[in-house]
Amino acid sequence: MNIHEYQSKEILRQYGVSVPNGKVAFTVEEAVEAAKELGTEVCVVKAQIHAGGRGKAGGVKVAKNLDEVRTYAEEILGKTLVTHQTGPEGKEVKRLLIEEGCDIQKEYYIGLVLDRATSRVTLMASEEGGTEIEEVAEKTPEKIFKEEIDPVVGLTAFQARRVAFNINIPVKLVNQAVKFMMGLYTAYIEKDCSIAEINPLVVTGDGKVMALDAKFNFDGSALYRQKDIVDMRDLEEEDSKEIEASKYDLSYIALDGNIGCMVNGAGLAMATMDIVKHYGGDPANFLDVGGGATAEKVTEAFKIILSDEHVKGIFVNIFGGIMKCDVIATGVVEAAKQVGLKVPLVVRLEGTNVELGKKILAESDVEIVAASSMADGAEKIVSLVG
Amino acid sequence: MSVFINKDTKVIVQGITGSTALFHTKQMLEYGTKIVGGVTPGKGGMEVEGVPVFNTVKEAVEATGATASVIYVPAPFAADSILEAVDAELELAICITEHIPVLDMVKVKRYMEGKKTRLVGPNCPGVITADECKIGIMPGYIHTKGHVGVVSRSGTLTYEAVHQLTQAGIGQTTAVGIGGDPVNGTNFIDVLKAFNEDPETYAVIMIGEIGGTAEEEAAEWVKANMTKPVVGFIGGRTAPPGKRMGHAGAIISGGKGTADEKIRVMNECGIEVADTPSVMGETLIKVLKEKGLYDKCKTH
Repeated sequence: MNIHEYQSKEILRQYGVSVPNGKVAFTVEEAVEAAKELGTEVCVVKAQIHAGGRGKAGGVKVAKNLDEVRTYAEEILGKTLVTHQTGPEGKEVKRLLIEEGCDIQKEYYIGLVLDRATSRVTLMASEEGGTEIEEVAEKTPEKIFKEEIDPVVGLTAFQARRVAFNINIPVKLVNQAVKFMMGLYTAYIEKDCSIAEINPLVVTGDGKVMALDAKFNFDGSALYRQKDIVDMRDLEEEDSKEIEASKYDLSYIALDGNIGCMVNGAGLAMATMDIVKHYGGDPANFLDVGGGATAEKVTEAFKIILSDEHVKGIFVNIFGGIMKCDVIATGVVEAAKQVGLKVPLVVRLEGTNVELGKKILAESDVEIVAASSMADGAEKIVSLVG
Repeated sequence: MSVFINKDTKVIVQGITGSTALFHTKQMLEYGTKIVGGVTPGKGGMEVEGVPVFNTVKEAVEATGATASVIYVPAPFAADSILEAVDAELELAICITEHIPVLDMVKVKRYMEGKKTRLVGPNCPGVITADECKIGIMPGYIHTKGHVGVVSRSGTLTYEAVHQLTQAGIGQTTAVGIGGDPVNGTNFIDVLKAFNEDPETYAVIMIGEIGGTAEEEAAEWVKANMTKPVVGFIGGRTAPPGKRMGHAGAIISGGKGTADEKIRVMNECGIEVADTPSVMGETLIKVLKEKGLYDKCKTH
């Protein structure tokens, strides 16, 4: 789960990590009011969307007076920002962060992330702040410093100190940087983060170490114990079909194509998209109905797939293991009737009671094209959609 | 022979009184698995499916002599169940549970350092040695005894591969689902190593997916150590970057963990990778024929 920059900064404040003063604004008036309250000479007007690259897309502006705050707020609110992370359709800005400007001396990068190879949380840092860490890793890997963190003792002061010295934080600010990193680590652990990235971390002219930007991602599996994080969820930033799917415990991801896919199991669902593509089609979605797919779930899955107007055909690919094929076939027939299916439907069933399942499909009054294998099904749906 | 489990493996079921666990306990017993006990705190003394229930894993192990456990405990409590299995010094703990918080697993892995237990999973279908012992949730009937080892991050893709093999008359030794989570107990290399040492296994199918670099590391290991042919499949060639594809571990982040990169490295290391999931079996058979192993692997 993602949250906005201003929310990430609220969390950082709770953990004693310095961030510039700022306020969220949903309207131009709120933006101007926020700037007045801050009372600083220079203000930054920052678009709040769940994507990086906002600055380059014109979503971050420095205002020197209240009139400029108004002008920029008017300009950015409601604007659709297209960045390298939003996709070509972009994202509409509905919230702004109005923040005090600060005198930046130098920018750094600090991030916490899970290292899958070691199964440990790892602190990464670089003095190439403001640049994406992937780019730094590619061009100047020697400038990235890492500390593997033992979950028993947590991030230690000496590790944080070593990182601070390695990335050349001014000596008199090292202790501040250490406090910063320790606070960030505690937030990461206590809030079940999957990524906590401060880019840039800045050292200011008046000798402060601050998070100028902050990006937090959270472990979806831990949200049951993070009620305050769930409260920060901004549904407007998420795909409506994905939200609907999550209500029924369906794992759905919208894609650009026109062939709807309904599959049981994440691996098979990915492989189904791949095979559709292999035969020249374009999958409209990833959809895993899970191991215990019921008729109700299958119906909801159909509704969600069909709510995407680009869908010109549906490919159902089920390996019924514990779940019996006749049960799934009944579910598919019922669902197709309920939603009044108008696009071609190809069904590939395999597994327990497969013959019975196929019989149910064949005898139903819904038009269903049966496929004998995954490849056969993919070929059929691709040719039907054309 | 086989890897990790066989007909003599004595198994306890953690969380046995839950509905999923009960269902699968019955299925495992029907397959012939020696389920000797179950654990549900507070329900010690009960009996379900003819199996005695204990309050703690330690008690269950002492009373039954079990060496393996399978965990069906809900996600918020599953990490603790793994710790309990490790503490009781079981040889093998297989965790089926999906959605265990990642940071819980980070702690579990740290706790397991230097301990004797092998953890398989979490978020996996389990382990099955054909005709001998089934521990997990996979459909037993698709498996046939034979000489091909299967290791996979995905449940249904494992079934798909096993089904294709069985249909083609190629039996299996053991199928191991290592699970779809970013932090897991047993990785590809652990399983490949076991298959390499198992005299009954002549070839291996390895099924990976996007996210992380476990497949690349395994491919390098195969190149350096494996004496048996390995074929592969990688799911998620068409997956968009930055999106978690169902499994917690299936995500391309920062340009890393793509299917194309994994396939490239696997090919470089001598692993033939199936173009589509429907030719996993065919691809293996082709390689078996090339290596003169087909007749030895053909079981019917």
